[in-house]
Amino acid sequence: MNWKKDEDSDELGALMNLDHSAVLQETRIFNQTPIRPRHSRLLLAKVLFLLYRGDSMSTNEATDLFFSTTKLFQCKDMSLRQMVYLAIKELSTRADDVIMVTSSLMKDMQPKSELAYRANAIRALCKIVEPSMLPGIERFLKSAIVEKSPTIASAALVSSLHLFGEAKEVVRRWGGEVSEALNGKALQGPSFFGGSGGNQIVSTSSIVQYHAMGLLYAIRQHDRMAVLKLVQGFSGQSRGWLGGAGTGLRSNMAQVMLIRYAVRVMEGDPSLFEQLQGLLEGWVRHRSDMVSLEAARAVCQLQGVSGQLLTAAVSALQVFLSSPRPTVRFAAMRTLSALARTHPDAVQPCNVDMEGLVADSNRSVATLAITTLLKTGNEASVDRLMKQMQGLMAEISDEFKAVVAEAVRSLCVKFPTKHSAFLGFLSSTLRDEGGYEFKRAAIEAIIDLAKHVPESREAALGHLCEFIEDCEFTKLSVRVLHFLGEEGPRTERPTVYIRHIYNRVVLENAVVRAAAVSALAKFGTVADEGLRKSVRVLLQRCLDDRDDEVRDRAAWALRMADSEDTRTKYVRDDSTFALAVLERRLVEYCTGVRHGRVSLEGVPRISRAQAEEAQSSGRGRLEAMDAALVVGTSAVSTASPAAAGTAAVSGGMAADPGAAAGGMDVYEQQAEYASRLRAIPELAAFGEQPLVSSARAIELTEAETEYVVRCVKHVYERHVVFQFDITNTIPEQVVEQVEVNMEPEEDTSEMLRPVVVVPAPELRCGEPSAVYVAFERVDADVFPTASFACTLRFVVRECDPATGEPEEDDEGFDDEYSLEAVDLGPGDFMQAAYLPNSQALWEALGADAEFLETFGLASFDSIASCIASVAELLGMCPLEGALTPTSKAAHQAVFTGRWMGGAKTVARTRMTYQKGAGVTMELAVRSEDPAVSEMMVSAIA
Amino acid sequence: MGGYFSKLFNQLVFGDKEVRILILGLDGAGKTTILYRMQIGDVVSTIPTIGFNVETVTYKNIKFQVWDLGGQTNIRPYWRCYYANTDAVIYVVDSSDRDRIGTSRDELAAMLNEEELRESVLLVFANKQDMKGAMSAAEVSEALGLPRLKNRQWGIYKTSALKGEGLDEGLDWLVNAIKGT
Repeated sequence: MNWKKDEDSDELGALMNLDHSAVLQETRIFNQTPIRPRHSRLLLAKVLFLLYRGDSMSTNEATDLFFSTTKLFQCKDMSLRQMVYLAIKELSTRADDVIMVTSSLMKDMQPKSELAYRANAIRALCKIVEPSMLPGIERFLKSAIVEKSPTIASAALVSSLHLFGEAKEVVRRWGGEVSEALNGKALQGPSFFGGSGGNQIVSTSSIVQYHAMGLLYAIRQHDRMAVLKLVQGFSGQSRGWLGGAGTGLRSNMAQVMLIRYAVRVMEGDPSLFEQLQGLLEGWVRHRSDMVSLEAARAVCQLQGVSGQLLTAAVSALQVFLSSPRPTVRFAAMRTLSALARTHPDAVQPCNVDMEGLVADSNRSVATLAITTLLKTGNEASVDRLMKQMQGLMAEISDEFKAVVAEAVRSLCVKFPTKHSAFLGFLSSTLRDEGGYEFKRAAIEAIIDLAKHVPESREAALGHLCEFIEDCEFTKLSVRVLHFLGEEGPRTERPTVYIRHIYNRVVLENAVVRAAAVSALAKFGTVADEGLRKSVRVLLQRCLDDRDDEVRDRAAWALRMADSEDTRTKYVRDDSTFALAVLERRLVEYCTGVRHGRVSLEGVPRISRAQAEEAQSSGRGRLEAMDAALVVGTSAVSTASPAAAGTAAVSGGMAADPGAAAGGMDVYEQQAEYASRLRAIPELAAFGEQPLVSSARAIELTEAETEYVVRCVKHVYERHVVFQFDITNTIPEQVVEQVEVNMEPEEDTSEMLRPVVVVPAPELRCGEPSAVYVAFERVDADVFPTASFACTLRFVVRECDPATGEPEEDDEGFDDEYSLEAVDLGPGDFMQAAYLPNSQALWEALGADAEFLETFGLASFDSIASCIASVAELLGMCPLEGALTPTSKAAHQAVFTGRWMGGAKTVARTRMTYQKGAGVTMELAVRSEDPAVSEMMVSAIA
Repeated sequence: MGGYFSKLFNQLVFGDKEVRILILGLDGAGKTTILYRMQIGDVVSTIPTIGFNVETVTYKNIKFQVWDLGGQTNIRPYWRCYYANTDAVIYVVDSSDRDRIGTSRDELAAMLNEEELRESVLLVFANKQDMKGAMSAAEVSEALGLPRLKNRQWGIYKTSALKGEGLDEGLDWLVNAIKGT
């Protein structure tokens, strides 16, 4: 036996340094007769090892190998055959002509062949089969799906799921068999198969149900009612089963899938929310850990779930926290940790249990416990937790270190008085070894702290300076240098930072040096004459740098430093271009879509705050929520989209729950509109792109109707285009020749002339499409105000909900659907553009350009509702704080915009509220075009 | 008694070595039916072979390893992947298909030109003799150009796989022919 052992270990060692070509050479023995099964099997194992290791194999090599492997079918050795199946599956994507084994595999999957052959043959066959050949084996697969043996049924189900991607139509026909497999009573307990092995493992895990559930959902996922039926069918049974009667889903995994489907249904159709919420509650109390955890997780992630259900979920998770199994503890802890971001108060009841987990032997659990406690805990416990974390940091992975840094980041703002503790912690962790992600998170945390807690700024900047002295990540050095340039000049002793920054110029690579020069340049804008002179000297030295970018930046900075004007305009400029728009213009120019010179004129400018907001919203939803936590001053965020919206202080989107993403998205959206409009020949003639597009769509129907219609208005030089985005929500029908009829409520024919209606040829269920209605303004100087009654007109045809194909013999019938009215007002001609230095602009425009009027608006019962509707009517970009009144009695707001994308316009409003009298508002508008001022004020009347 | 001795003799000549045989021919000639007739002695229902079937057949104590390769146009190019170490080729012709006998001849000629099959014995089955208007063995032989073959041991038998006629005679010839080489 010893001898044998040695051989085995040799084989294993040999696997590690297998030579690709030697193995392939050796596979020629497959062509010899008689076959040596044991040897061949080992050789195939080596081949598979190579493939799994990621070795590439040319198509020729693979094809040769494949044909050699087919020779092994002459041998009946079961263990060899199994390896052959595996090899064929692996080679199926690499070799040509793999259909050569079709007949052999089909023979192996026949009911008369052995069990071990059948299941594997089905899996291999489905890998090599082409969709066109599928009907030939359909019969066998269908019967395999309903096979009693779970091994075979599972193989058939899983293979069908793989085939579904390529041959949806064929697989869809097997729905009946799949349902049968799902509902059928799979073998329970031991049973005997005809296999020669005699040691068949009998599955009692009901795995078939799990696979059948997955496939059935794949087949029916687009049919919402069918999915609902699936969910309700099994949930109803499962309740009975909990009571001890009836049979439901035996497979816990299938149950978990069912929960996920239920959640998708709830998200897709809010009207079912209440109903399914009840089911979730049942699942939370399921006796299986897995199901209960999944249900609790689903509840925690759902928006707008009832408090009672959330409590139930949290208490289920609380029990799991003391589970002896680390996976369960981890799963529960992770769910709670995610929940703590949005509902810290809901997690609080678990605080005691989580305190216990801080010492958990599983470091991942411990980390999550601490970070969660930081979110839910109170000020008093922070110090203690920070101390515990310090000890933990050395023992956890980088990924979790980043999590900790993120947690500290949000804490900084929650407990500003503790800033010195946080700063100490962060700077000491920065000194430890760590990867980029973790260091980045720590740096961002310090930067946030410096931004939001003024008292900590000097200390934070000091730590950052220390960090870049010994920083291996170029990107982070650049980030820190930029921040030093922003903040440094405003501190009391800027000279300290200049020394650190200039050190970088001396010691670092070109990228960092360039960033350091830019930062230095910012110090050149301070008021102190002496300091400016010193910075000049340093910049002059940079002119001798080896790298041209560094020299260029230094030369530019020196040039700009001369006059006060250029300094403030260029060096300290705090607005930037909407980069998405700029990028699109450049791409269009490069691809030849756009002719003529690229000009910055039409690119909207946005504030730094907007740009940063857009960036952080790009980092993902949860981060955006954290950002909301950071910005919002309330300690407990409700995490409603509106809270995230307050982070988007500007952008005019604060009131729109769907667009919490904030500033930049608006520009991307408009870029998207423009390219769609340009693609329509009838509209392309109106201009390169709309001068103004509405910032957000107006809903013209209720959310839960047959047709969901939203309207977006686009203003061109002389034309106005109404874009109706229409979604058909009825699976059983296709509507064709869709038009929108717009009937002005008053006669506007002298001002607006209808030009063209671009219909949507076909609307299938769930596939939105657009109808465009265009008008021309008769007089260039007249900007009409109008209201239109809108009607949707179309032809309805029945269709097969599964395929979406209209029925041939159905001619269809005409139908109408009335929509809510669409208004056109001055606000629609106004581009909500951010204009930097609105105060200076206001002065420069002067009182001559002003139009002022006072309104008594008795119908409003609060400042907040009034400012929201005023913002809507003006269609302008609200500046910081405009939409978030801090007082109930009085509010001031400033808006900026460009009339028809051109004339700069600033609006200021002051409003007061008195109970009983409603809101009194004074609105003053100044514009480069005085006529605009008057028009904008009239928008309110 | 003679049969007994011949079996014993066969065992002495062939030992445990399997005789490797390919069954080739155009699609629908009856190759798969012949294979299973030989193996289980009965007619099985077949579908067009996409790829190949391989079975071990024991006839008079000799083990034959029989490869039945699909005859469809798109499969024929892969026949050559299976030529190596072949002792004999059984070429099956649908005797009632006069239209494609020319194609059948061309495929046969191309196959016999292969270097790897230089040593192999050729047995032709003029199959489907049960069909009305089937060509006789002589006609098939002429149409395939068998008489003009050089350096090749060949034989032709009229068979009906459905009825099981002629197969044994053909195999007997094959056994003797292989023994002789």
